[in-house]
Amino acid sequence: MPESVLFWIMGPLAVVAALGMLLVKKAVHSALLLAWVMITLAFFYIAQGALFLGIVQIVVYTGAVMMLFLFILMLVGVDASDSLTETIRGLRPIAITAAIGFGGLMVSLIGRASLGRESVGLDQANAAGNVEGLAYQLFSTYVFPFEVVSALLITAAMGAMVLAHHQREVPRSTQRDLSEQRFRSGSLATAAGLPGPGVFARHNAVDVPALLPDGTAAPASISETLRTRGDMIDSSQFQLDQVNTEVKEEK
Amino acid sequence: MSNSELIATDPGWIILVKGLLVFATCVVLTLLAIWAERRIVARMQERPGPNRVGPLGLLQSLSDGVKLALKEDLIPAAADKIIFILAPIISATTCFMAFAVIPVTGQVSLFGHQTVMQMTDIPVGVLYVLAVASVGVYGIVLAGWSSGSTYPLLGGLRSSAQVISYEVAMGLSLVSVFIYSGSMSTSEIVAAQGQWWFAVVLFPSFVIYAISMVGETNRAPFDLAEAEGELVGGFHTEYSSLKFALFFLADYVNIVGVSALATTLFLGGYHAPPGLGFTENWLGGWFTAIWFFAKVAAFFFLFVWLRGTLPRMRYDQFMQFGWKVLIPVSLFWILVVATLRLLSQQGTSRTGLLIFSGIVVAIVMFVNVAFDNAKKKKKNTPRPTLSKPDFAVPELPNKGSDRV
Repeated sequence: MPESVLFWIMGPLAVVAALGMLLVKKAVHSALLLAWVMITLAFFYIAQGALFLGIVQIVVYTGAVMMLFLFILMLVGVDASDSLTETIRGLRPIAITAAIGFGGLMVSLIGRASLGRESVGLDQANAAGNVEGLAYQLFSTYVFPFEVVSALLITAAMGAMVLAHHQREVPRSTQRDLSEQRFRSGSLATAAGLPGPGVFARHNAVDVPALLPDGTAAPASISETLRTRGDMIDSSQFQLDQVNTEVKEEK
Repeated sequence: MSNSELIATDPGWIILVKGLLVFATCVVLTLLAIWAERRIVARMQERPGPNRVGPLGLLQSLSDGVKLALKEDLIPAAADKIIFILAPIISATTCFMAFAVIPVTGQVSLFGHQTVMQMTDIPVGVLYVLAVASVGVYGIVLAGWSSGSTYPLLGGLRSSAQVISYEVAMGLSLVSVFIYSGSMSTSEIVAAQGQWWFAVVLFPSFVIYAISMVGETNRAPFDLAEAEGELVGGFHTEYSSLKFALFFLADYVNIVGVSALATTLFLGGYHAPPGLGFTENWLGGWFTAIWFFAKVAAFFFLFVWLRGTLPRMRYDQFMQFGWKVLIPVSLFWILVVATLRLLSQQGTSRTGLLIFSGIVVAIVMFVNVAFDNAKKKKKNTPRPTLSKPDFAVPELPNKGSDRV
């Protein structure tokens, strides 16, 4: 009884989220809805007696895999959304046909296996406790496939590392090296680092150059990227109206 | 009766009362924690700290909370509105959930009903805490992304990378606890520490957990996600009013949460320290809660002490420390613990155990020496010579060295 209440509340939520995942435009929204679908799946697993699987589903998929997805997606800005133009001609009908076919296959298979039948053997499988039962299966009957899968995953991780790795030609300069370089470059102008952007007490945006003591702008205070892009605001408008540069002799 | 059997007899209203108690305790603890942190840090920096509102300044955080709630609530124009609102809600709801599996007392009588102060006792309780924590990170990451500005985004990215990395080390440090107690349920882990606390038996695991819990909660010296010197406020730069208050609340509840988990896993949970076991029956068993909260408070003091003492780490050093030190060390330690456990279960003689420990010590010493040699070699490699500066440099006392 509680299980069916849970099912009728969480089921529709999961389906709506799954459909939303396909239909929303922003990639981050889509990823979030997928994370929600995974959490509802975990609820179902737990309700059906697979406690360990449910918790691990959240730890691994929601906590790690989806987080990595988000990590990448976040590098795309807030208002970036997927383009809906087809890059390969005829891709959409093929994809829709394949999806419907696969879905139909799954529904009919699972339906034939479980519709109108009572599931049996759960108590037997969980007799020694859910975790213990699963551990026993994994490390006795299925130990070979388990190890093969882990070897596969390690190979994949190694492969990714090898592909992304590059040999440095010169060792990376440490903080000390950089500091020595600044002091021995012959000029002390940048020894303490470049000046920060912004006009003191008037404006502190990154695209406004700092003012030098005589009132002129200091282009070195703007990031190289912004400077080449031309995203620089004239800082003279933030100058004080009358800058008195004369030094008064104190009596 | 074991904890899980006792909890199974709880009627619905008792569960409701426990839930309310968890919520109320966490909120009150947050208020006290903020006050305690400000007072202790002030003490460490030789200034009085908040001492005006209420006795000893105790009501300072309450008045700050009221003030925060009355502030104007801003939503930036560039923000993704739905997620901007959702993020603090995710943060503030998940942080409470971990407390559902933490046993706070032994057997007590609550309104005439025999029970333990633990909402539910599932066989994978500790994993459940990790799962909830990993969902909680979504709050921070989404807050950073949805603000639509650069500093929060950097804070969110840092936070997600940081929490994923340190959760690996944290999970690995828990494995040896599971091996020793033979269970992943919090109440059984507490029961397994009847004789020796795991902080003593599994000291390396305890140290690794203690370090990674600071990384996991984004606290100094690992608070790179909100490093104010670099990122203004990090992920919560754009947040104001109640939404910011929710992040603040989540932050402190999380600290109490990881401290409570550390207490449960390594410091014997609600049990009295060795030699004081007779106190556990005082007040009809409720005295155990005092031991529990005393241990949590000790952990909280550690957090504050760290914040008052250590400067913030540089981001690359922090990541290197996690991946190149904590994770390999905990993997090695798991191997040692698992082998020792197996040897003792198979009834190996004392000499066998001694030989094994000798081998482990030899390996550690060898690695240490190898590291030292590598360091020396790196130090002795000639550095690229740079031309002498043409501006005046004062005479150095140590003229032999070309390093300034």
